[in-house]
Order: sequence, then C-alpha cells, then structure tokens
Amino acid sequence: MNDEPLDRPTPARSAAANAIDFRNVTVAFALPDGSRYQAVAATNLSVGAREFVAIVGPTGCGKSTLLNVAAGLLLPSAGDTLILGAPLAGLNQSAGYLLQQDALMPWKTARDNIAIGLEVGGTPRREALPRAELWLKKVGLAAFGDRYPHQLSGGQKKRVGLAQVLIRDPKILLMDEPFGPLDAQTRQIMGNLLLDLWAADRKAVLFITHDLEEAIALADRVLIMSAGPEASIIGDYSIDLGRPRDAAEIRLLPRFHALHKAIWTQLRDEVLKAYAGAAA
Amino acid sequence: MKLSRWGLRLLQILVAVFLIALWHFGATVSVGGWYLFPKFFFSTPGDVALRVWTLFADGTVKIVTCQETIDLRRLLVVSDPCFGKTVWQHLLITLTEGLLAFAIGAVSGVALGFWFARNPLLSAIFDPYIKMLNALPRVVLAPIFMLWLGLGIWSKVALGVTLVFFIVFFNVYQGVKEVSPVILANARMLGMNQRQLFVHVYWPSALSWMFSSLHTSVGFAIIGAVVGEYLGSAAGLGYLIQQAEGTFDTTGVFAGMVILAVFVLLIDWLVTSIENRLLVWRPTGAAARI
Repeated sequence: MNDEPLDRPTPARSAAANAIDFRNVTVAFALPDGSRYQAVAATNLSVGAREFVAIVGPTGCGKSTLLNVAAGLLLPSAGDTLILGAPLAGLNQSAGYLLQQDALMPWKTARDNIAIGLEVGGTPRREALPRAELWLKKVGLAAFGDRYPHQLSGGQKKRVGLAQVLIRDPKILLMDEPFGPLDAQTRQIMGNLLLDLWAADRKAVLFITHDLEEAIALADRVLIMSAGPEASIIGDYSIDLGRPRDAAEIRLLPRFHALHKAIWTQLRDEVLKAYAGAAA
Repeated sequence: MKLSRWGLRLLQILVAVFLIALWHFGATVSVGGWYLFPKFFFSTPGDVALRVWTLFADGTVKIVTCQETIDLRRLLVVSDPCFGKTVWQHLLITLTEGLLAFAIGAVSGVALGFWFARNPLLSAIFDPYIKMLNALPRVVLAPIFMLWLGLGIWSKVALGVTLVFFIVFFNVYQGVKEVSPVILANARMLGMNQRQLFVHVYWPSALSWMFSSLHTSVGFAIIGAVVGEYLGSAAGLGYLIQQAEGTFDTTGVFAGMVILAVFVLLIDWLVTSIENRLLVWRPTGAAARI
C-alpha cells in the first residue's frame, strides 16, 4: 500500500456525498489450509454522484471482490464502506448489480425477467408489465419479450439483464465485466447502449473490466488496481474526453491514444507482476 | 442416415409385424414335432388379441377355475373376485392406485426435499437413514403394508408412495441445492426477500428437477400399484395377471401385459404433453437457438 491514497477526492466532489466511499477497505479470506489470504489491502476509493468510474486491473487482482463489497454481498475484514454518505449495512439496496455471468431466470420470459425487477419492490404485476415493455424497447428488444433466455443471444441476454437492473432506477450501478463474454463488435454496441441509457440520468457507475480500451471509452475516471494479493488502487486517471461519446469511434482520437499509452505503461507492470505471481 | 417421419413410422411398424409373425409361426408351425414357442408357454398373438377384445367387449372378467378357489379367496378378500368387475373397473382401480401413489409421493417428496435442502443440519442428521431406506428393495415392504393396510387399494398406494417419494425427494433436494449461485446472487441484489426467493427462484428450479423425473416417478407409481396387486389383492391389472398365471392361463397373462403396456404408454404420452406445456422455457436439443 502506498503511503498516501492517490484518489483523494477533489474539493468539487467532496462537497456532496459520494455515491460510494471506501475507506481503508481490507478484504481477507480464510483459506482451506487455515491461512489467511488478503485479497484487497487498505483500499480507498470514491465514486461521485453522476460519475462513471472504471476499475482496470490484471486478472485475479480482486476487482470483483471490491464490487461485491460495494454491493454488500461481501463484508470487508477492516475499513468502512459508505454508500451515499451512510455506512453500508447488509445488501446495498441503492445499487443495481449487473453480473458478468448470465443471471437471468431461465424459467421467465425476457419481459417477466425485466418486470421482476419492479415486482420484488411491491409494484403490482399489471403496472410492472407495461414498464417492462417500455424497457424492452429501450434496450432494442421490443420484439423479443416472449422469448426465454435460452432463445436469446449473449448480447440480447445482456440487454435484458441491463433492463432488469435499470428498471428499478437504482442510484448506483455496479457492473462486473458485464460485456466480458461478448465478442468485440457486440461489446462496442453494448457500450454505446450503456452510454445512451446512462446519459439519460447519469447514475453513479462503478464498472469493472480487464479491457483498458473499454474503460477509457466509457468512463470519466479510470482506476488501476495492482496485482494481488494485497491489491489496492495504485492509479487514478481522469478521462477528459467529451461526451456524448461513441464507444467505437472514440478509439480513433489522438487524445484516446495518449491516455491509453499513459495508463498502459503503469498497467503493464501490474499485468506482468500478476503473470509472474501466477507462474511462481 | 436421416429418416423421414413416415419412413421411421414404417420401420417401427415393420419391427412389430416381424416380431408378431415370429411369435405366431413359432407357436403354430411345428418343425419335426417341435414348436419354437409352445402354445402352453407362449400362447399365440391371435388368441391374445381375441382375449383382449373379449375382455373389453364382454366386460366382465371370467376366471376359468374360479369355482375351485373361491372359498379360500372369500376368506381373504372382501369383494368377490369372480363376479361383477369389468376390465374397465380393474383399469380404473390400478389407475386410482397409481395416481394416489404419485400424488402423495410427489407432494411429500417436494415438501421434505425442500425442507431438507434448506436445513443442512436436518439433512446431515437424517442422511444415513434416507440412504438406507432408499437402498432397501421396496418390494419387501409389500407384505408389511398388506398387514398394516389390508388388501384394498391403500397397501398398493403405500408401496407406490415409497417408490415415488424417493425419486421426487432426491430430485427436489438436488434442485434446491443446485440453484445457480449467480441467479441467486442476482435475485438477492434485485432485493428479493426469502419468500420471493422461494417463489421466483427455488420453487421453479426444484419444479424443473421434479418434472425431469416425471416419467420415472409416474412409471414407478404404476409399478407399485401393479406389483402390489400382484402380491395380493382383489382387483386391478396386477390381480388380473396374477389370476391368469395361477391357472396357467398364458393367454390371460399376455392379454393383461398387453393392456398394461398400452395403458402405461397412454399415461407416458399424457406426461409428455404436460411436461411440454410446463417446461416450455427449457432448451431442447437442437431447437435451443432460434
């Protein structure tokens, strides 16, 4: 861990309560042989309201662990988690969580999978269904409401998953390599869809990815995570690219390349460290 | 090789024609005084068909040597075995026993499967006993059930229940245990409480496992009924077969088997159509991607 946190909130951001604040969050797991594995060490991190933050790091560095802490699925062994200024207890009810794996209920149609997001909150089904229909349109699946998940492609399932999370209108959106399993073209299309939907109300987003280009194309801020164990945030880059953006075309801008080069220089060392650690 | 639907049907029918012809000629054509399928042991397809026909057309089942055994049987059973029951009534009784066995076995299997899956301590305590009961050949229970429940339908239902229960129990247990952790995590992040998790996640998952074993469990319910009848009863298809066998009436045995086979085939077809309706969300082989 560095002596001083690199991601000190700037004065402008600290004025209002941040959407997510990690203060010296440490996560350790007990291994089967009785020893402790410290996955994440004293990490400070903040996501402002209306801010899109991406975390990039080598595989196995504990990115998803951090996200699970923010979701309230995992309890840190030390440190404080503040959500919208208040300490997090139990599941994070202000957050919508889009998982990497396919998490739709296979026994529900696309429409029902989206509507369930509202129904669990007590919305009657007859009100939830028309709104699910609306979200089907928003994610470009108007004609696919009656399909079951196994009848949808990987990208279509992600769209349903996105609608399922967003229909609840969460204040915070947590995304764990959501487009990881998709092919390159579909990822860019999904990136643009995400940006379009996000631009409508600018929720706070914490987006985990291993793809630096995707992170720069989408986010306001890119954080670099060090290789585990005892991973922490070691880099914080502001992405000063204008919005609205096109996730595909923005990659051609010189500024994009400059940012990519600057961040990659630091990320590369961590990736190599992660490989060396895995080989040892 | 890919066959057309009708080509396949034709081949299926040809197999039946060949086997029946073999049976017929084996039983009626002698080769040097020897029969491949002596009539006494195998009957003939014509006789069996005729017997099935008379059973249904005539209605009442006649048992050849009834007069000789009737007194003994009067002591054992409440209703008179020789008179009054048509083959339809026998079918209905077997069907009732099978359905009751399935319903009771399935409901108790689902309930206990759920309870055990959600209670690791409970399942750990009872694990050896469940395994022991499941390993026990259920037929040995039949005499006990007859002692306890008499020779009426309930001893057969009980036997069927012991068969159906374990199939459904293990499937539901597995279904609840093996709910995808990803779906579960997602459902919890959507804000589902325990009741909602039950309704939207655990229940459909367990149900899909139960339905995947529907053919087996319905089949076992019928087996329980027929075996129970065979071992001691006054009515039902198993009883018909047992009676025929007791008088060396091979034709009667085969006729009973034919009726039983067609009956089970019809039930299986019914189960398939129920399954197709209820498990519409499940991918089926090549049709998985449209």
